[in-house]
Amino acid sequence: MSINWFTVIAQIVNFLVLAWLLKRFLYKPVLNAIDEREKRIASQIGDAEKKEADAKTEKETFRKKNEDFDRQRTALIDKALEETKAEKQRLLEEARKEATDLSKKMAEALKENQENLVKKIAEKAKDEVFVIVGKTLKDLANIALEQQIVDVFTGHLKNLNENEKKDLGTALAKSAAPVIIRTTFDITAAQQPGLEQSIKDAAGTDATFKFQTVPELISGIELNAGGYKIAWSISEYLESVKNSINEITGTKTVEK
Amino acid sequence: MKLSPDQTVFWKHGFIVINATIVWTWIIMLALIITSQVITRKLKTNIQISRWQCILEMLVTGIIKQIKDVGLQQPKKYIGFLGTLFLFILTSNICILFPFYLPPTSSLSTTAALAISVFIAVPFYGILEGGLLAYLKTYVQPSFIMLPFNIISELSRTLALAVRLFGNIMSGTVIVSILLSITPFIFPVVMSALGMLTGVVQAYIFSILAAVYITAATTKSGKPENISITTKK
Repeated sequence: MSINWFTVIAQIVNFLVLAWLLKRFLYKPVLNAIDEREKRIASQIGDAEKKEADAKTEKETFRKKNEDFDRQRTALIDKALEETKAEKQRLLEEARKEATDLSKKMAEALKENQENLVKKIAEKAKDEVFVIVGKTLKDLANIALEQQIVDVFTGHLKNLNENEKKDLGTALAKSAAPVIIRTTFDITAAQQPGLEQSIKDAAGTDATFKFQTVPELISGIELNAGGYKIAWSISEYLESVKNSINEITGTKTVEK
Repeated sequence: MKLSPDQTVFWKHGFIVINATIVWTWIIMLALIITSQVITRKLKTNIQISRWQCILEMLVTGIIKQIKDVGLQQPKKYIGFLGTLFLFILTSNICILFPFYLPPTSSLSTTAALAISVFIAVPFYGILEGGLLAYLKTYVQPSFIMLPFNIISELSRTLALAVRLFGNIMSGTVIVSILLSITPFIFPVVMSALGMLTGVVQAYIFSILAAVYITAATTKSGKPENISITTKK
């Protein structure tokens, strides 16, 4: 039960040595290891959290990009559809216009062709009729017919109204040259005085006369004095026939 | 019958005595240090660690938690002293299951040495924490009249520490010795088991009391924030 003071001192020293050694070999290494591990775990958790945050950010970015892409794609498709529609409409319009123009041109060409044809037919018919009629009249022309023509012309002179007679008289008076009388046939010497007298009567003035034969007149007679002209021939009737033909074919070209 | 290992003297030269207490203490020290050294030599900082490392870490973190629970906010500063107190007393008490072993803690010299260590450590940590003046002021608190009582308290608790540990361990050893001579079978084993339990409890009590004394000294003389933290606890 007694205390050995040397033992007490020795035990205190022993205890202090043990404390120092245990601190050196036990507590420090173990605590350091724990700290190191905790640090590592914390850093790993931190890394993981950072990675997760990064992944979230990436995901969000990707989602946004995807949405943008979808939106752009839809917009592009819509735009392309609109453009296609507009282009289609434009092409249709163009085609329609071209078709219209073409059909108009075709109609015009057809009409022109028709008119040309009608004109040609009419010309031909007229020419033929004239030729036939002229030939016929020429064939039929004899003294009796020629006399008849002179009579008709004389009658025509007589039937002139006062103004016409006045104009004729003025023309004859003004003209120094002789009055030219053109006929298809030769006026006989027997017929000439009668015809001259009739003209003088109608004009109410004296005049000298010159007779010319022009076969182109076709059974006609023509008086020409100082720019004044009185004529009668079958050609007038033929002209009337020509107009009638034109009316029937419905073309105005002939009149031109 | 030898009541204390002090009585087993191996070598003596004047004042210097090498007795069983000192020798067994050396053996325990050696065992503790070799074990620690062997295990901590291969410490890993990975998530996967060895079982021995795990046991050591549990032990160290357990001690740290206990110190923290008592009220010391920086347990790493005190683990060298308090942890060693606990481990030494625990090992020397547990080893009673070995035959011919006499625990050094059954010697009043050892327990007195440990109690004196605590007696010195308390003002040492108190002064370290708050300075000499602040520590000395704790003796006149709450009033100057308390000075003699505080001094008596310091001495008496040191004495109590030494005698408590010595009494418990010594009595256990003595009971086992007596029982061995009366009923050599069964009963001494039971008493040994009981002695081990008492030994663990005593190791815990001794270290916790030392921690409480240090806490009291450092908290009273320490910084205001330490006080507030402690009072929160």
